[in-house]
Amino acid sequence: MKSSYQDGIIESNIEISENIYELILDGDFQGSPGQFYMIRGWEALDPFLSRPISIADLNNGRIKFLYEVKGRGTHIISKLKKGDKLSILGPLGNGFDLNTKGKIALISGGIGIAPMLYLAKSLNIKADLYCGFRDKPYFLESIGQYVNNIFMATDNGIMGHKGFITELFNPMEYDLVYTCGPTPMMKVIMNICKGKVPLYISMENRMACGIGACLGCTVETIRGIERVCKEGPVFKGEEITID
Amino acid sequence: MTKVNICGIEFKNPVIAASGTFGFGKEFEEYFPIEKLGGISTKGLTLNKRDGNKGIRIHETPSGLMNSIGLQNPGVKGFIEEELPFMEKKDTVILANLGGSTIDDYLEGIELLNETSVHMIELNISCPNVKEGGMAFGIKCNTASEVVKKAKSISKKPMIVKLSPNAENIKEMAYACVEAGADGLSLVNTFNALAIDIYKRKPVFNNITAGLSGPCIKPIALRMVYEVSKVVNVPIIGIGGIISFEDAIEFIMAGATAIQVGSGNFIKPDITIDIIQGIEMFMEKEGIKSLEEIRGII
Ligand SMILES: Cc1cc2nc3c(=O)[nH]c(=O)nc-3n(C[C@H](O)[C@H](O)[C@H](O)COP(=O)(O)OP(=O)(O)OC[C@H]3O[C@@H](n4cnc5c(N)ncnc54)[C@H](O)[C@@H]3O)c2cc1C
Ligand SMILES: Cc1cc2nc3c(=O)[nH]c(=O)nc-3n(C[C@H](O)[C@H](O)[C@H](O)COP(=O)(O)O)c2cc1C
Ligand code: FES
Repeated sequence: MKSSYQDGIIESNIEISENIYELILDGDFQGSPGQFYMIRGWEALDPFLSRPISIADLNNGRIKFLYEVKGRGTHIISKLKKGDKLSILGPLGNGFDLNTKGKIALISGGIGIAPMLYLAKSLNIKADLYCGFRDKPYFLESIGQYVNNIFMATDNGIMGHKGFITELFNPMEYDLVYTCGPTPMMKVIMNICKGKVPLYISMENRMACGIGACLGCTVETIRGIERVCKEGPVFKGEEITID
Repeated sequence: MTKVNICGIEFKNPVIAASGTFGFGKEFEEYFPIEKLGGISTKGLTLNKRDGNKGIRIHETPSGLMNSIGLQNPGVKGFIEEELPFMEKKDTVILANLGGSTIDDYLEGIELLNETSVHMIELNISCPNVKEGGMAFGIKCNTASEVVKKAKSISKKPMIVKLSPNAENIKEMAYACVEAGADGLSLVNTFNALAIDIYKRKPVFNNITAGLSGPCIKPIALRMVYEVSKVVNVPIIGIGGIISFEDAIEFIMAGATAIQVGSGNFIKPDITIDIIQGIEMFMEKEGIKSLEEIRGII
């Protein structure tokens, strides 16, 4: 039997870049790369729903999340301090397939970098990381030692290539690609990789339950309608049929 | 101690998982033994399989949410073949929640369900998100009455009718359904509601409106249960924003025989267990031997 929501005690909750926070919880948590937790940083009923956040790292039961403050929920979580309690449900979802060979690329856009650290650490081969940011890059010091090369792009050209990260990426150089980021970016990557290189894509959708019961988070696949929280969030590129 | 009886069917406690928020129980079985529940109402079924609505399906509101799932379900036959075998192994009451866009849809669905082990039919004349959900039947008394009468005439199972809070007059609607033969009533389904994305300058949902549920609707749902309990003498299942044993007891005191927990399942998978235990503790503490003692006491 899986445990329902459990308490995590905040070890640290630090703003590592503007609006980007790194949250570490002490406890005995589990999970594999690409899986996520539903997080409640409040006891009240408003906000009503928990927020899905990917596992950024896991070390002897201590779990790390990397999140961007977007709206009310993440704003409340960002105000929590060391020693505060927070309740989380997980690990949820399927996670990335780690059984891989050949040359691997990880491609992230913005906060899509969150699951990449744990993924890079868990792969048996060092991958190349392609990461795009709107403005100043973040989280790269943490990932650096676990990847081969880092290719970077920023929308405003403040660091790395000025433009989209997809412009730096050539699918023919790789045997496998993993991606996580905003939907428009992932659509471009799906198109670039199609028929050239296998792709694992971490999908996002609004979630209510996180466990597969509400059918709120669905996505169209070649097998029919599937749930991002249960059959996903990781899908093979060729399985997703949205245009 | 917490046993209740609805239309001759015994529930080990008055807590039922609400339709559309509990799937067919499988996901929750990972978190607690679902036979601890008094009953489970299935995801809303339609005669044929449905993929549900496109676009955003969930939107949060203060203390609640709006949904426009659009009755995604495997169809009655798919339910009987793929989902029921798992459910019938669990010792809990199964309510088959059935929607339809025409009277014939309902009747064909009931005929299929008649031959199964489901204990009751919860006739859904109240889903606001698709026309197949039957809300058209749930607004006006004469149309509701017609579908209930025909459905009841062929149903071999006790039949609960699930009312919409969007009905023109909830008391008249309840009365009409009971006159037409409903063995019990469950209320309420979600409230028709609207959300606008001000940056896109468009409604959040493709269907423009969607159904509102959660603690934000509780006081209105409670009032409706209270009012309906004064005009009918069939068992009532109270639904709407129940997330604690206190909420559940309020509904029972307002006249409900049992209650359903919907959106609450999303904030904690085993919230129904907390509610069941809370009811037991409350009864012990207050010296209540049977829930009948407090039903409708206000
Ligand atoms: C599987 C998965 C993993 C994720 N991992 C991360 C991560 O590691 N780091 C991170 O910063 N973000 C992650 N997200 C996105 C994150 O869940 C949303 O940014 C967050 O829920 C927004 O909440 P809010 O209260 O700040 O915003 P609000 O706008 O107030 O949110 C309102 C509602 O919309 C939902 N919502 C809004 N946007 C999203 C979205 N993009 N995805 C899912 N639900 C949304 C929320 O759950 C909530 O119900 C992930 C999303 C999914 C589905
Ligand atoms: C995501 C979701 C899906 C639902 N699907 C159905 C359904 O298929 N059939 C039905 O009769 N009611 C459905 N409902 C309504 C609930 O069963 C319940 O009547 C309503 O949510 C009010 O209860 P609550 O406030 O406890 O959630 C759904 C509600 C939600 C939130
Ligand atoms: S969030 Fe409820 S089914 Fe995925």
